[in-house]
Amino acid sequence: MIRQFVVVIVTAFLVAGAAFAVAVDEKPLPDPVLEAQARSLMKEIRCLVCQNQSIEDSNADLARDLRAIVRERVALGDTPDNVRAYLVDRYGDWVLLKPPFNPSTYLLWASPLLALVALALLLFRRQQKNETRQAAMAPLSDSEKAELDKLLEGEQ
Amino acid sequence: MINRFIPLIIVLGLFALFLARMNSGENPKELDSVLIGRAAPQFELASLQGGNPPLTTADLKIGKPVLVNFFASWCVPCRAEHESLMVLAGQYRVPIYGIAYKDSPDRSRAFLTELGNPFSKTGIDQNGRVAIDWGVTGVPETFLVDGDGIVRYRHWGPIVGDGLRKRLVPELEKLR
Repeated sequence: MIRQFVVVIVTAFLVAGAAFAVAVDEKPLPDPVLEAQARSLMKEIRCLVCQNQSIEDSNADLARDLRAIVRERVALGDTPDNVRAYLVDRYGDWVLLKPPFNPSTYLLWASPLLALVALALLLFRRQQKNETRQAAMAPLSDSEKAELDKLLEGEQ
Repeated sequence: MINRFIPLIIVLGLFALFLARMNSGENPKELDSVLIGRAAPQFELASLQGGNPPLTTADLKIGKPVLVNFFASWCVPCRAEHESLMVLAGQYRVPIYGIAYKDSPDRSRAFLTELGNPFSKTGIDQNGRVAIDWGVTGVPETFLVDGDGIVRYRHWGPIVGDGLRKRLVPELEKLR
């Protein structure tokens, strides 16, 4: 009795899992390899309506249309680069969640490196300053040492 | 000595930057259209008015600037900008082509009967594919196309308030 119950529950969840994978009104491509290719592309394409979701995640109408286009192009034999180019041609580089490496994004891609270099320079300068400061400090003379000893003794 | 003021200078700099960006009047969600300076995409759409010839790319190359407006009867901002379109058609005498985006033709026709028809030609884009070719992200969007069929300006969102006289009309006048 309990075993039957468990089987029913587990089956229900397995079936439901498959249902979650695709929006209700969508037809995945019959070829699982092409469908996987289309899906991985969808994860890279920004939904132009919600703007911080991929079209794979988004419920927006436009995202659904773009998903259909991605599937259509993949089924027609377009390479992933062709599909990206098709969308960039209409919506610009911004449609790609990962910004491409081109003259307008050099600064963006280089910024972590620049920040690192700036930090290294800053640390280096600070280090040098400390060293010069220490060098400028003359060691204690004999009379100074004697006075210091006397002070420390007095404290005890 | 000057080191003491560096944090203050940074904070004031950021303050100035934020203030400038806040007052720039730009909408950060608005994307630049990649169509600007390029030929309008090829298309052919059946007219909303039965019997009229379809709206095609050829209608854009008529030797004078035209506007292409994507609208829908279900779109509330389209209703808000409709008056501006009427002014553009009537007062500024610019041909406006209306493309009904993902709308039932009956409802689009009812929308134009109710509010008036500023369009010299119309097209039905029921599956929204032509809109995607134009890089439309939502209705309304309006494109200004010069006499040679080159897209010169895109007005994102409704043409309301001073958007008409301060943004769209100056761009139109530049082409005349």
